[in-house]
Amino acid sequence: MSDALRQGLSGARGRPLLAAVLVLGLAWIFVTRPADGAVTGGSIPSPRPGFSAPDVELEDTDGRRVRLSDLRGQVVVLNVWASWCPPCRAEMPALQDLHERRAGDGVVVLAVNSTVQDSEQAARDFAQAYGLTFPIGLDRDGQATRLYQVRALPSTFFIDREGIVRRVVVGGPLDATVLETTVLDMLGEGG
Amino acid sequence: MLPVLQIGPAAVELPGLLLLAGVWIGSLLAERKARRLGLPAERVERMILVALVCGVIAARLGYAASYPQVYLSRPLGLLALTPFTLAPDVGAAAGLVAAWIYGQRNQLPLWPTLDALAPGMAAFAVCLALAHLASGEAFGSPADVPWAIELWGARRHPTQAYELLAAAAIFLLLLRLQPGRPFQGFGYAVFLALTAGARLVIEAWRGDSVVWFGSLRAAQLVSLAILLGALEVLRRLARSSAPSPEGGGRG
Repeated sequence: MSDALRQGLSGARGRPLLAAVLVLGLAWIFVTRPADGAVTGGSIPSPRPGFSAPDVELEDTDGRRVRLSDLRGQVVVLNVWASWCPPCRAEMPALQDLHERRAGDGVVVLAVNSTVQDSEQAARDFAQAYGLTFPIGLDRDGQATRLYQVRALPSTFFIDREGIVRRVVVGGPLDATVLETTVLDMLGEGG
Repeated sequence: MLPVLQIGPAAVELPGLLLLAGVWIGSLLAERKARRLGLPAERVERMILVALVCGVIAARLGYAASYPQVYLSRPLGLLALTPFTLAPDVGAAAGLVAAWIYGQRNQLPLWPTLDALAPGMAAFAVCLALAHLASGEAFGSPADVPWAIELWGARRHPTQAYELLAAAAIFLLLLRLQPGRPFQGFGYAVFLALTAGARLVIEAWRGDSVVWFGSLRAAQLVSLAILLGALEVLRRLARSSAPSPEGGGRG
């Protein structure tokens, strides 16, 4: 058996075998080339990289309506959090820092307080205590956390200018370098 | 899909955990196979460790080199425990070079050492497929076959399951190979050829393929090149180990 295998590979049939694999492989690649729309999830709303970011509309802590689709054309860092969650608290200064330095470059930090498992007052107190100046949407009925299939707090979604999710970070605290380099990449200024 | 395990207050990413398990199981299997092949198992084990450590360090430095202004202002970011700030291609290249240098310095023979690593790599491929199942990554294209699954807003080919079946079959086959038979390097080249062949076939149903030259799937082109390379290696090794007219092989 071993000798037969060795002879089959090394003998006169070796090179024709390679040629056959090359021809069949190229034919398979050509026949199975993707049809339009078969390899992109960009048109389907889903909270994962490569898919269109599900649209959400929330009232923020100042009583204004914030709709994600209105931010199209800007890079959006959507951060779902709650005031009682230690890693959420730990990463907020980095988000505020990003907001202060990058708002002028077309970067929007949109925090979504999971109010359904927190309280509006706690969210407002938290924002004041941490000096947060970016919009904080109140997810009172859990619509945003459901749409974004949030399984753990915090969860952060990086959404590009076309409204496509590019990166999802579940859990935290988010490292400042991840925030900065991901945003730079999406602005076309990275690596 | 189960991307996150909530254990008390901690959110554990299951795919990452499965990949770590893959590295651990793969190392154990490589060590065991090295013993069966008569290689110094502790050196093989150390070579894996050296490759992993050098690979991770180089991957982080490679990533940081792309964003020098960020890392110069936050050098502690180099130590961040996150898989997002890694350059996998740089890490893989550095890991391979480190393993090569370690192997050369410690007189580890190339083909038997690669044969020892093959079942471990196959086990890692199984864990990678399980990680894809858990995360929903490596997903399929929309399909209306009876076994399609509802995922990410559409009924899709369960490509993660195809990947798992192929990886498990390759792993079981490699476990059945006799050490050094029919010639040295056979196990590793077979692993490479079958894995590349499986990817070439399964990629046809993936919904997240990167496309080159307008409409060709990049992973299929790379897989075909690796498959041909592995078959050529098999052919050459078979020839060089063929018994001489006086009798007795060299492999």
